[in-house]
Amino acid sequence: MSTDSQTQEHHAGDISHPTPKTYAIIAVILSVVTAIELWVYYIEELRSLLIPILAVLSTGKFALVVMFYMHLKFDHKVFSRLLVLGIILAFGTFLALLTLFKFSHPFGLL
Amino acid sequence: MTEAAVQAPHSEYGLWSWLTTVDAKRIGVLYGVTAGIFFLIGGVEALFMRTQLMYPDNTFLSADTFNGLFTVHGVTMIFLFLMPMNAAFFNFMIPLQIGARDVAFPRLNAFSYWVYLLGGLLLVSSFVVGAIPKVGWTGYSNLSSSFFTPGIATNFYVVGLLVLGTSSMAAAINFITTIINMRAPGMTPLRMPIFTWTALVTNFLLLLALPPIAVALGQVLFDRTFGTSLHVPSGGGSATLWQHLFWVFGHPEVYILILPPMGMVSDILPTFSRKPLFGFSAMVYATVAIGFLGFGVWAHHMFTVGMGAWGAAIFSAITMLIAIPTGVKIFNWIFTIIGGQFRMTTAALFAAAFIPLFTLAGLTGIMHSSPPIDWQHHDSYFVVAHFHYVLVAGSVVGIFGGIYYWFPKVTGRMLSETLGKLHFWTFMIGINLTFFPMHFLGVDGMPRRVYTYQTGFNFDTWNFWVTIGAYITGASMLILIFNIFKSLKSGAVAGPDPWDARTLEWSISSPPPEYNFVELPQVTARDDFWHRKYELKNFQPQPDNQQVHMPPPSYWPLITALGLGVFFTGFVFEWYVLPFIGAPITLIAVFCWSFEEFEM
Amino acid sequence: MSEASHEGGHHTSLGVDSRKLGMWIFLASECLLFGTLIFTFLLYRNKGIEEPNIPAEILDIPVTTASTFVLLMSSFSIVLALHAIQTGKIKSFQRWILTTAIGGIVFLGFQTYEFTEFVQGGLGLSTNVFGSSFFMLTGTHGFHVAIGVIWLLALYFSSLRGGLKVDGALKVDTMALYWHFVDIIWIVIFTVVYLFAVV
Repeated sequence: MSTDSQTQEHHAGDISHPTPKTYAIIAVILSVVTAIELWVYYIEELRSLLIPILAVLSTGKFALVVMFYMHLKFDHKVFSRLLVLGIILAFGTFLALLTLFKFSHPFGLL
Repeated sequence: MTEAAVQAPHSEYGLWSWLTTVDAKRIGVLYGVTAGIFFLIGGVEALFMRTQLMYPDNTFLSADTFNGLFTVHGVTMIFLFLMPMNAAFFNFMIPLQIGARDVAFPRLNAFSYWVYLLGGLLLVSSFVVGAIPKVGWTGYSNLSSSFFTPGIATNFYVVGLLVLGTSSMAAAINFITTIINMRAPGMTPLRMPIFTWTALVTNFLLLLALPPIAVALGQVLFDRTFGTSLHVPSGGGSATLWQHLFWVFGHPEVYILILPPMGMVSDILPTFSRKPLFGFSAMVYATVAIGFLGFGVWAHHMFTVGMGAWGAAIFSAITMLIAIPTGVKIFNWIFTIIGGQFRMTTAALFAAAFIPLFTLAGLTGIMHSSPPIDWQHHDSYFVVAHFHYVLVAGSVVGIFGGIYYWFPKVTGRMLSETLGKLHFWTFMIGINLTFFPMHFLGVDGMPRRVYTYQTGFNFDTWNFWVTIGAYITGASMLILIFNIFKSLKSGAVAGPDPWDARTLEWSISSPPPEYNFVELPQVTARDDFWHRKYELKNFQPQPDNQQVHMPPPSYWPLITALGLGVFFTGFVFEWYVLPFIGAPITLIAVFCWSFEEFEM
Repeated sequence: MSEASHEGGHHTSLGVDSRKLGMWIFLASECLLFGTLIFTFLLYRNKGIEEPNIPAEILDIPVTTASTFVLLMSSFSIVLALHAIQTGKIKSFQRWILTTAIGGIVFLGFQTYEFTEFVQGGLGLSTNVFGSSFFMLTGTHGFHVAIGVIWLLALYFSSLRGGLKVDGALKVDTMALYWHFVDIIWIVIFTVVYLFAVV
């Protein structure tokens, strides 16, 4: 929001985006993590830990795509703020709603 | 001279120029006129209901018609009048206040308007085909299921709101982008006029609150159309789900309706007090805080559903928190007036009257944050009194202030102050006589949304006077309409700065040229125009009649909107050929749209 | 006459293009849209379940893993397309944008197969609320993919006709944001809807 950034013209190509090599590494990581998710899914012994493990792995995938493929790591921080705003609000609202439906409504799902 | 000032490159006249316009000011005028017409329709609906309720056991309206009227009255006033009237001010004033030539996406802006108009016509057409929705503006399940309201009447509500939501979503993206990204050089966030700030927060609320209601409406549409049971308990669904999703949208919606008028009041009071807004930053933070908290309180509309002690306590506490930023605002307005040289213009009167009236609305609001009191008042006229004080004595009074304040900027002519004051006082008497006794009726136990009452419950006297108040309010509106037409014809020429005002929109001619600013202003202070007039003493009026390249008109927004209209109309009338006609029209129109050169 | 004219064009307060900013604002609201759909699914996922429609058994994890992989890789191919157009390699751009569109079409093919299997197996849109919320969630996602495919093909054909010379990189950048977002939503859906089904 500084005044000096107002004077310069901006094109999408100006920012030093990662190289195709970085993109490829991310793609490999994404594939590997998906494979691990599948593996965890089929291991009966890990059933009790399935949700936390998968939650962490998926969040990792989510973060990688957002940071590198969507360039949030390199782009103007207003974009990150917008996404975070949406995610926090969605997460907070719907977690609250699930909690209400689970514990508070005396007639359950009616 | 005022007429001549509009001479800009492709500012032509005639119907075609209005159909294809992408100029935010013209779109703002379209929004304002359309919303004004819907205001009258909604008002007439209210007068019908009040006539029915004037006497006990009245037979002026049937129960069925009454159900239709209170549904359509609510939907009309909220979605077809207040929201688009706010959008009218956003369109006209945001670019002027931030020193921009237009909004970020001029064609998307036109699209928003056309979708709004089509959505409004769709809802009104329910009268024409005699299938008026009767589910209340809240459309609770499972009253809205095809079992309890068969036929197409409820479809008008469901689909109409989806269409209007599409319009508001497009507008929200547009205005947020405009405010974040189109400010004049030096217009830092804390130098933006407060109306623009409230517009920013309002549009964020729209952006984030509309998706839940859109999904919920889609679910109801699927329940009614494709036989799902997402909101139907007999099929395994939950009727409470709709209430939650509706109010997740519905409570931010209240702030969507009241924040822009608060912004108008906050711009009007400093001008007529000849001093800066007291506690500007606090006002900004209070607005943002209200916006955030507004997302965390939806369940206070549902205390009577039952959610246990913890659920009720938490929502009650967060609701009470909202009183803090609201209180900050009220104190700031009062301290803006105190110590200033207050000028009693009509705009200033409306803005000043907003303070006590809105305080009253807030007081009854905070009463309802306490679950036991809420249980007592739920679905009674006390609630009707509360939210009419918020929306009429609050929003509408603020908007009237805005109309008297900015009418000279929009049209180049002054509204008559004599008629204005007559309008003000009759309106004050009218609305207070209408809505204040409703508190008593509510406490005495009169239920809302019931078409009549029997004598002997102590309801008769107040109902009579409430109806008289409604007639006075209606008559007072005629004064405003007369004033507007008279001023358009023979009002005094306003000149660029009739109020000796503070913000950028007053630094250019009235009405502003199509391009707004020949040279984008270099902003160096809050209330930059005032700063240049009185502190730097170097203000130079911008030259008129310049050639500035502006985005060309386009008919694609209109055609895209028409395609969407055809698409959705099919779901209303359950005539499923129309979606297959509307969808390709929309796609092709978007395609052609994308091949026009991007402007701004 | 004033020559201030075109200066307003790409001069913005944040130094970012308005279209890209507008897309991010839109995506913020999409978080709430998919949030509502996922919430409804979670609310109903154990409701009205009876043989033969046990979610853990009817959901085809191997097939969905394959379609997930395709969608992830299409995110990879579109960043390559973006990189190509930013560096002026128009042929390479066309190759990768077409690859991305085909990836999207393959994903939709998987989804069509899955939906058909479900309906034939006795789980339709209105069978129970699990089915309704499942089809509405994945269907809405599929609709987003379909819009994306049309958009990608429009960009592809537009570039064949030399149409992306002005602002091409920006147009692709904006579209790519949408495409990645559809991808990350699928990452969430794959985990929450499919993999969590056994719990």
